[in-house]
Amino acid sequence: MSNRQAGYRALTTHRLFWPVVVLVVLLAANTAYRPSFLSLQLRNGHLYGSLIDILRLSAPLILVALGMTLVIATGGIDLSVGSLCAISGAIACLHISRQPDQNSLGGVLTALGLGLGVALVLGAWNGLLVAVIGIQPIIATLILMVAGRGLAQLITEGQILTINAEPYKAIGVGHLLALPLAIFLALAVAVLIATVTRRTALGLIIESVGGNARASRLAGIRSGRITFLVYVLSAACAAVAGFMMTANVSSADGNAAGLWVELDAILAVVIGGTSLAGGRFHLSGTILGALLIQTLTTTVYAMNITPQTALLFKAVVVIAVCLIQAPGFRARFARRRTPVAASATITEQPKAQVSA
Amino acid sequence: MTPSQPVLTMTGISKSFPGVRALDNVDFRLFPGEVHALMGENGAGKSTLIKVLTGVYDTDHGTVTLGGEQVSFTGPMQATSAGVSTVYQEVNLCTNLSVAENIFIGREPRRFGAVRWGEMRRRARALLARLDLDLDVNAQLGSYSLAVQQMVAIARAIDIKARVLVLDEPTSSLDAGEVAQLFRVMRHLRDDGIAILFVTHFLDQVYGIADRITVLRNGQLVGEYATSELPQLGLVEKMIGTELRVLERLDEQPRRDLADRAEGPPLLDVRELGRRSAVAPFSLTIREGEVVGLAGLLGSGRTEVARLLFGADRADHGSVRVNGTPTTLRTPVAAVGHGIGFCSENRRAEGIVAELSVRENLILALQAARGWLRPVPRRRQDELVERYVRALRIRPADPDLPVGNLSGGNQQKVLLARWLITEPRLLILDEPTRGIDIGAKTEIQRLVARLSDGGTAVLFVSAELEEVLRLSHKIAVMRDREMVTQLSNDQSLDADRIMQSIAVGAQREGTPS
Repeated sequence: MSNRQAGYRALTTHRLFWPVVVLVVLLAANTAYRPSFLSLQLRNGHLYGSLIDILRLSAPLILVALGMTLVIATGGIDLSVGSLCAISGAIACLHISRQPDQNSLGGVLTALGLGLGVALVLGAWNGLLVAVIGIQPIIATLILMVAGRGLAQLITEGQILTINAEPYKAIGVGHLLALPLAIFLALAVAVLIATVTRRTALGLIIESVGGNARASRLAGIRSGRITFLVYVLSAACAAVAGFMMTANVSSADGNAAGLWVELDAILAVVIGGTSLAGGRFHLSGTILGALLIQTLTTTVYAMNITPQTALLFKAVVVIAVCLIQAPGFRARFARRRTPVAASATITEQPKAQVSA
Repeated sequence: MTPSQPVLTMTGISKSFPGVRALDNVDFRLFPGEVHALMGENGAGKSTLIKVLTGVYDTDHGTVTLGGEQVSFTGPMQATSAGVSTVYQEVNLCTNLSVAENIFIGREPRRFGAVRWGEMRRRARALLARLDLDLDVNAQLGSYSLAVQQMVAIARAIDIKARVLVLDEPTSSLDAGEVAQLFRVMRHLRDDGIAILFVTHFLDQVYGIADRITVLRNGQLVGEYATSELPQLGLVEKMIGTELRVLERLDEQPRRDLADRAEGPPLLDVRELGRRSAVAPFSLTIREGEVVGLAGLLGSGRTEVARLLFGADRADHGSVRVNGTPTTLRTPVAAVGHGIGFCSENRRAEGIVAELSVRENLILALQAARGWLRPVPRRRQDELVERYVRALRIRPADPDLPVGNLSGGNQQKVLLARWLITEPRLLILDEPTRGIDIGAKTEIQRLVARLSDGGTAVLFVSAELEEVLRLSHKIAVMRDREMVTQLSNDQSLDADRIMQSIAVGAQREGTPS
């Protein structure tokens, strides 16, 4: 095998090769449909354009998906993140709305602290159900997914709570160095999580627990603590995402904020190459997955695809991504053309990362 | 009394899996109206033979003749309809359905597509009466004991005009009374002319019910015997084999003696430690630098003892002292805190984390002990990994390879090294040499001897008596989930005496009963 062939194979079998291809195809399709898609304008020192919008809007999804990555790496799942977004956003907005001066920085910071605090408590609740009581993660977090919506509506008293606080609004639409502030926030959290998991042994221990919980226990790992911790981390990420979502529209809607974001987050994690069975996790893959999904959402709107078919369109693209990522599917597809290439694919990537 | 024509003949059966010769030219006969026990240690090929018989596997070589005709089943359904029915260890029935529904599920008597419930109940009653069972066929299966459920499974199996009934470890979860009940049903069926193939790990049960015994070892036929002509000791000898001595010559060493360790301070001292339905209360003292062997057949409670001493299972009886201080071993974390390490016999499920690299697997126990906030520095990792990869000759010597890609022997070495890195005071090794090649085996044996010389205590669990004899200062013998005796390994002790204890549990010295 020549070097070039080997290089080509290393590229095409890379975990993130196909998600990147699909992302590029989506961007190209958008550009073909509307040539101004790629253009950027500088106004008042801020960059504007579709690409910037995609980055800004994907920030909350990136946050939620990062937390979800850790949960999934332990072999669990967190369905309650959408509700947590709504709750934390609602609490922050409620606190701000009661301030005499909504623009006071102190009031906004207190609001953020309150929202984050409540989310941490609820994350601990999830962790308690899963790690201590031993309820299956999908059921344990389903409880808060459903009940949390009710809680968020209680906080806003069923109304859409509108605020007018510039410091809070900045979280969603503010700018820093010509780019949206939200991107820097998401990036900061990503760097923080990457540092905490990869600079300490937390990442290794999470992967060990997700890879083989029984073996990990017998190696002396307190897997319960680790499991508990990832649900709290996931809730914290959801809280920050919730602030962004509500700040974006300067209002808290208990019903709509973060609706179905848990599903997008799970998709982002899977597209990023982390197995739903737990084990190895890939934070950069998750970020790419989140960008892909947000691009898809933006594409749906930009191309004037009717709302009735929008979800279907999204589903088709996601299925396509998952299928071409699945080594088994690729092997079958390749075997039809060249049997030799197919067997090579199987040996290089023996583990299916996506259950189609 | 047995008819001259066997109902089932398997001739020259061979079956290989990648890297393993599971069955090598095995012959097996089954006569109508007999209970025939299939015996052998783990990995002897019992389950492979059963799976060949019931059509789960096809054979590489050999023929199967049923009732005079050569057959070749391609699946369990086909075997069942030809009259070969199987009841497995785990009852795979639906406990939420009624007894009658369970017997007829998938083949309910129907008329115009509708189930004929009355007919189904009537036929279920008739079937159970044939087994001499008086059950309410409308009651939920789950309301009956496991033994009864097992018998309903048998009723389901023999309904299909079975000529051969395979019972694969049906008694492993039954108590003595339930076993007696099951045996009554088995005798009933035998008298009806059905040939029963019976697999169990309990020697008493073999002698309680089987007419003949076939012994397999390492995929080969050892022989077929009438139960009345094969004493228990002979059976154990045939199951374990004697040619293991060959292996030991690879590394001749003077036999170790208890005397030089008897004076050491006790490291771990347990009194009457036990766990219901796992192992009867036992007492055991392990001294610094002492190698304690744990011998016994599969299912005799060896693993259960090891797990209790590591806190992998929680004891519900007895007391523990470490270095003379009373304590408990409730969790592995607690045991690790006392300087105890444990390599499970189930390497894949309870040992390695296949997806992670050799390096990560090696440092896992050390990292767990330090907590996640204090990662093992990269330089120290490299140092440890390099040292142990070299010391234990782990191959391939690439620390970044996923450990799942390594061979079984090398995975075992990684596991051992994982604990050695933590510098334990007591290392519990459950079957560390099973299923690995001879080279790796001797290396591990040498390592155990070296550890002991360095003052580390080792609890060495193994089914291979020669290995236990050569390494241990003291040998505890398990039989039917009870520690029947503890023998000091002086010059007078030999494999025969241990086999004697395994077979009959003779002298109960050392353990109050």
